Amino acid sequence: MNLHEYQSKHIFAEYGIPIPHGRVASNSTEAKQIAEELGGHVVIKSQVLVGGRGKAGGIRLAKNPQEAEEIATQILGMEIKGLPVRKVLVDEAANIETEIYLGITNDRADRKPTIMASSAGGVDIEEVAEKTPEKIVRVGIDPLLGLRDYQARDLAAGIDLPRDHWRTFGQIASGLWRVYLESDATLAEINPLVITSRERLLAVDGKMVIDDNALFRHPDLAEMRDLDVEPKAETEARKYSLSFIKLDGQIGCMVNGAGLAMATMDIIKLHGGKPANFLDIGGGASSEKVAAALRIILSDPNVRAVLFNIFGGITRGDEVARGIITALEEVKTDIPMVARLVGTNAEEGRQILSAANMITAETLVDAAKKAIAAANGGD
Amino acid sequence: MSILVDNNTRLLVQGITGNEGLFHTQQMLSYGTKVVAGVTPGKGGEWVLEGKVPVFDSVRIAQEATGVNASVIFVPARFAADAIYEAADAGIPLIVCITEGIPIQDMMRVRNYLDQKGVRLLGPNCPGLLTPGEAKVGIIPGDISIPGNVGVVSRSGTLTYEVLYALKLVGLGASTCVGIGGDPINGTSFIDILGMFEADPHTEKMVLIGEIGGTDEEKAAEFIADHMTKPVIAFIAGQTAPPGKRMGHAGAIVEGGSGTATDKIAAFQAVGVQVAAHPEEIPKLLE
Repeated sequence: MNLHEYQSKHIFAEYGIPIPHGRVASNSTEAKQIAEELGGHVVIKSQVLVGGRGKAGGIRLAKNPQEAEEIATQILGMEIKGLPVRKVLVDEAANIETEIYLGITNDRADRKPTIMASSAGGVDIEEVAEKTPEKIVRVGIDPLLGLRDYQARDLAAGIDLPRDHWRTFGQIASGLWRVYLESDATLAEINPLVITSRERLLAVDGKMVIDDNALFRHPDLAEMRDLDVEPKAETEARKYSLSFIKLDGQIGCMVNGAGLAMATMDIIKLHGGKPANFLDIGGGASSEKVAAALRIILSDPNVRAVLFNIFGGITRGDEVARGIITALEEVKTDIPMVARLVGTNAEEGRQILSAANMITAETLVDAAKKAIAAANGGD
Repeated sequence: MSILVDNNTRLLVQGITGNEGLFHTQQMLSYGTKVVAGVTPGKGGEWVLEGKVPVFDSVRIAQEATGVNASVIFVPARFAADAIYEAADAGIPLIVCITEGIPIQDMMRVRNYLDQKGVRLLGPNCPGLLTPGEAKVGIIPGDISIPGNVGVVSRSGTLTYEVLYALKLVGLGASTCVGIGGDPINGTSFIDILGMFEADPHTEKMVLIGEIGGTDEEKAAEFIADHMTKPVIAFIAGQTAPPGKRMGHAGAIVEGGSGTATDKIAAFQAVGVQVAAHPEEIPKLLE
């Protein structure tokens, strides 16, 4: 789950990381008022969860409160990469001398957190990594020890930070480590961390990604989720603990197990069709879950056929089939349904589904072909 | 013959009195697995499943009373890391964690701690292991596979069952089937298991089922080229997965252009490993 800039910086400030004076506004009057409090010279920043806000015109300077109001009106009326701007952050404009990057993320291959710094701040770090990897200094953190002071000094020295700033830089790195740790972040990033003309270090922009699996111990963070960034169907699916991702094809997929669900999407593509979604209904395939999943799949008007691919293991094929029938009685539809059951008691299951006028298939290839044909209007 | 679990496995179930724990303990016992003890803190002294399995308050007490040599964990995600530490500290050499949804920072600490202790963890977010005819540790359905000489290792659950069942239908059996789990940080990687299969005299060939995310498959390809003599067939799920989205498994995500199915397939093909276009092709490629 991604946090907005204003949310991330608010958390940074709680851990002693210096951020510019400023507040978030939902309308231009508020923006003007905040600009007045800050002395007039401000930066107005759209709060949307996409990259490239600046290039899209979503970050602009204002010289006085009137201009702040005008610019806020314009930015609050924008859509950036399909997302509506609902809030702007109004920050005191900083006189920037130098831009640095500082971030902590998970190094999956190394199985530990890694802290990265670069003298090339203010641009996308992935771009820096690609074009000038030598400008990024990385230090692995032992998760059982945490970030050590010497590691922060190594970073500061590694990016040729003037020695006068090492102490403050160390405090900021240590604060960012605690942010990462105590928020269960998978990314905590300051980009840029600037040195101002008054020789102060300031976190001008911030980004955080929180581990969804850890939200149970962060109810305050869970409430910050921005639902604009995901299709409604995905929000709905989360309520039923269904793992669902909307895609742009015509064949709805209902599968038990994430790996099998991906393999099912792949085989549809392999035979010339396009999956409408990824969906893992989990073990058991109870009629309640199947019904909820079916409603979510059918809420997509592009769906022309639905493919069920269920492996019956401990929950046997005939039980799964009865669950599907019960769900279909509840969710009426004319969309053709193709079912492939495999595993224990699959044959019994197929008979139950055939009797209910579902198209059945024995193999995955056969099921994909039948679903594609059904979606194209034949059967 | 087999790797990791067999007739000599004396199994402990952590979280034995929960719904999942109890249900799967019954399934494992029916299969013939020697489930000798369970742990649920606060329920020590009870017996479950008509007196078949004693329950203890802690892993240490269970270990002292029954001499278990493996543990399978069914406790909820918020308590799972602690359950793993408890098993490791009690000296259990093999820990299998079925639990899905453990926070990634918990797993980074767990993995680094276990590496220092030299304890093997399988999972989390995995279906466990099955050595057909000998032992089932976890949730893999017992009747979908027969004893044989194919070693199966996978990051997935039902997709693995699919492959085991397809093998069974053509008369092929498994030496051991190992689910390493779908999380980004896990205890055991493909290369660990491939090395064990290579050393197991009864495993003649292998099936590796990977998916998008991370670089475990690429490392496996390198390992196969450098260290393996037995043939391996691979399958990679997620060719149609959009970038930046977690496909059900926490670890199944293409990030910053890395972890794509295309890269993984290319890595295997570059070292001469055959990659199945779809799961149903696997039995044919094994012949």
